[in-house]
Amino acid sequence: MNFPFLRSAIVAAVVGLAAAPVAAADITGAGATFPYPIYAKWAAAYKTETGNGLNYQSIGSGGGVKQIKANTVTFGATDAPLKADELATAGLAQWPMVIGGIVPVVNLEGISDGQLTLDGPTLANIFLGSVKTWDDPAIQKLNPGLKLPATAIAIVHRSDGSGTTFNFTNYLSKISPDWKAKVGEATAVEWPAGIGAKGNEGVANNVIQTKGAIGYVEYAYAKQNKMTTTKLVNHAGTAVTPTVPSFQAAAANADWAHAPGYYQILTDQPGAQSWPITAATFILMQKQPTDAAAAGEALKFFSWAFNKGAKAAEDLDYIPLPEPLIKLVRATWAADIKGPDGKALIN
Amino acid sequence: MVDVALEDVPSAKAQDKLRVLNWLRLQDKSFHFITMGAALTVLLILGGVIASLVIGSIPALSTFGFAFFTTEKWNPVTEQFGALAPIYGTLVTAAIAMLIAAPIGIGVAIFLTELCPVPLRRPVGIAIELLAGIPSIIYGIWGLFVLAPFLQKYVQPALIDASANIPVLSSLFAGPPYGIGILTAGFILAIMVLPFVASISRDVFETVPAVLKEAAYGCGCTTWEVIHAIVIPYTRVGVIGGVMLGLGRALGETMAVTFVIGNAHRISESLLAPGTTISASIANEFTEAVGDLYTSSLIALGLILFLITFIILAIARYLLMRLERQAGS
Repeated sequence: MNFPFLRSAIVAAVVGLAAAPVAAADITGAGATFPYPIYAKWAAAYKTETGNGLNYQSIGSGGGVKQIKANTVTFGATDAPLKADELATAGLAQWPMVIGGIVPVVNLEGISDGQLTLDGPTLANIFLGSVKTWDDPAIQKLNPGLKLPATAIAIVHRSDGSGTTFNFTNYLSKISPDWKAKVGEATAVEWPAGIGAKGNEGVANNVIQTKGAIGYVEYAYAKQNKMTTTKLVNHAGTAVTPTVPSFQAAAANADWAHAPGYYQILTDQPGAQSWPITAATFILMQKQPTDAAAAGEALKFFSWAFNKGAKAAEDLDYIPLPEPLIKLVRATWAADIKGPDGKALIN
Repeated sequence: MVDVALEDVPSAKAQDKLRVLNWLRLQDKSFHFITMGAALTVLLILGGVIASLVIGSIPALSTFGFAFFTTEKWNPVTEQFGALAPIYGTLVTAAIAMLIAAPIGIGVAIFLTELCPVPLRRPVGIAIELLAGIPSIIYGIWGLFVLAPFLQKYVQPALIDASANIPVLSSLFAGPPYGIGILTAGFILAIMVLPFVASISRDVFETVPAVLKEAAYGCGCTTWEVIHAIVIPYTRVGVIGGVMLGLGRALGETMAVTFVIGNAHRISESLLAPGTTISASIANEFTEAVGDLYTSSLIALGLILFLITFIILAIARYLLMRLERQAGS
């Protein structure tokens, strides 16, 4: 029996397999699920441009932190930034990579996108379970012109640990002493009320299906599912709509330069335009990476993403970092991440 | 020379034989050791799993002690963990599943072995086995997008209305119809374990000697009487074993349950309220569990599930073993 075609195909495949790793120095990263779509998109574009691939595993922020501490990946990604002392002990550098917004979504008959206004304390009381119906005086007071139904409020929250929950509960803790005392902030908390759903898509789906429901999702999910978002009253006292400029305003108004390790949680930021639950997602890298070549490649990738990735980010409803912040991050790379010869890996 | 040669030939032959025999014995011995090694691997893996679960759960169990099993609190912020809510959810959803799946599964098996027209037997039997082969994530998606909205719209409001004035039922079926919750999880599990119960029951029903049944029919028994008085008593233990195996699966099922149970670490009186199970909690929280105590508590949950499943399966095995002995004698 002779299969010349098959044989040449096998030979080609084997050669291809053998050749692939040589052609591309693959960068490995692991961590947060929230930025996965944009990292994947950047990686694909970067690969066509430079031939270098990026292997990003979205295993969750907690996993990303563990892996970079164990030095099994080139970079880790986390939605909840590490504090400066934790960074110092682990010998890690940290910087924000891209920004997203977290928005409350509701399912109320007769209420369309952007009509309903909530403020922080009311939002906290809803999720505490103490505001039980939509026609509650607290909500009515914020929406004088709106006719609110007497429907019971069905709360939907994340069941899996997530950076989204971290930023959302961080906001509620900042704004409501009651929430801070009873629940607190973390990637997973003990929810006083409501049902848990897995992932942004789970929360979105449950809110869409349940009359009277309220939940919180990443802006992209609200937009792509055409969900009813609410306005929120921000730190300056203005009711803002969740849009790309309002997320960017929150990021621009934050005091990055004086935050060691860029430990800055973008909730409840000052500024009349700032959306109050904005969140940055962070990259972690070893300051003295054992594989300097791979680390250098990773930094080149991030640099490329800052230079050319803004459009792709906006297409996926992520918000690119403001220009002054990018400058700060580049300075951090040059100062902190060094090869074995003590020289910076990127300029 | 000749004598020597004559003497040597048989001894050489004997040595040859001995060599062959030795070789065969060596072959047998090495075969014995290789298979024994394979068997030991299983024990080694099992022991390794138990050991790592125990070691992993030591921080949680030593911090919370016995209270870990009896408290409902599950607070990652203050690092207070108790396993009662997931244990409760696991047992209740499994119980609901078995209450639904056991009678239906046994009914299917009786129909297939006693009543079904012969040409229909194979297609129905194959359909049941296909049902068993559907990956659980598909049940989960179907449960979330199809079953939950259906229950929310039609079944749950009806249950709430119908039981409104009945003392115990009114608290069992109370609260807003979310669509997802303990009851929905029980339904999904029932559908998932049904094929197990049905196919095992069918197999044990087929072990009933035809003579017994023919004798009963000969005495003028109806089909109902034959099943009630001959088939069920003869196979009781085996059917219970099959149900137990289904129960084992219901206890450990993860993805489908995670989708529809509502994932709240609370114990509610109402079956319509959200709850959680051991495996759903682990699947939900393990990736983002920060801090040793949190991780260790999740591992301790795993250990509890392991013990529950182990006990259930041991009982099932024991019952099935008794059936085999009974059939042998």
